Amino acid sequence: MNLVNETRKDVVVLYVKEERLDAHNSSELKTVVQKLFEDGTKNVLVDLKDVRFIDSSGLGALVSGFKNAISHQGSLKLSSLQSQVKSMFELTRLHRVFEIFPSTVEAIENFQQ
Amino acid sequence: MAGNTIEVDIKVPNKTRYLSLIGKIGEDIARELEKYSGDKETLAYHLNLVLTEAMVNAIKHSGPKEPEKLVRIVITLNADNLTIRVYDDGQGFDINTIPPPNFDELEDRGRGIFLIRSLMDSVHYHKECQENILEMRKKLV
Repeated sequence: MNLVNETRKDVVVLYVKEERLDAHNSSELKTVVQKLFEDGTKNVLVDLKDVRFIDSSGLGALVSGFKNAISHQGSLKLSSLQSQVKSMFELTRLHRVFEIFPSTVEAIENFQQ
Repeated sequence: MAGNTIEVDIKVPNKTRYLSLIGKIGEDIARELEKYSGDKETLAYHLNLVLTEAMVNAIKHSGPKEPEKLVRIVITLNADNLTIRVYDDGQGFDINTIPPPNFDELEDRGRGIFLIRSLMDSVHYHKECQENILEMRKKLV
């Protein structure tokens, strides 16, 4: 999986540089996020700008990351969802669980509050 | 695509790297529909998702691991009726006992069948000869 990792103002931003986040590649994202929290990272932002397709496994990997954040007193937020990807969060009610921001800049500002 | 029946019968290795290939076939079918009055891009996503979830299901439920194992997918379009059949040779399961996700509890898994049911008009899983068939129908109007 093509993941670009960048640290901005105490926030680790993970850019998912894949067209699809699905059962083929989502376990890799799950592992990377898990490792970040285990290594002491508190703030993780997953940016989905390039992701045009997500399935139940992709959603599951993000849920896993969200739960990991809670168990390590950290937080995981999402940014830059394409409209069809966002509609999958709505269909599964996960838009009520995640904090979702239109852009990475807005998400990073929110982490600072 | 007017009038005629179209049937696409595909066999691919039961590996997740072929999910994208199968999903794209669903997208292409949606985009080629001439008479569909809804949003074709939304339908394209939905067919991609349904095919992806069904194939993952078949991979999970397939029988003992063999190196050259295949998943068979048949997509039939007849007038306004779309039928997708996905075959596996595993032990099978009772689809009616799978509960909808509990939206108040955060589970990593258990949304696949829910998504298929949400996006298709009817979903059945039954045994025929030695195989299980997940059959999903949708009226495209």
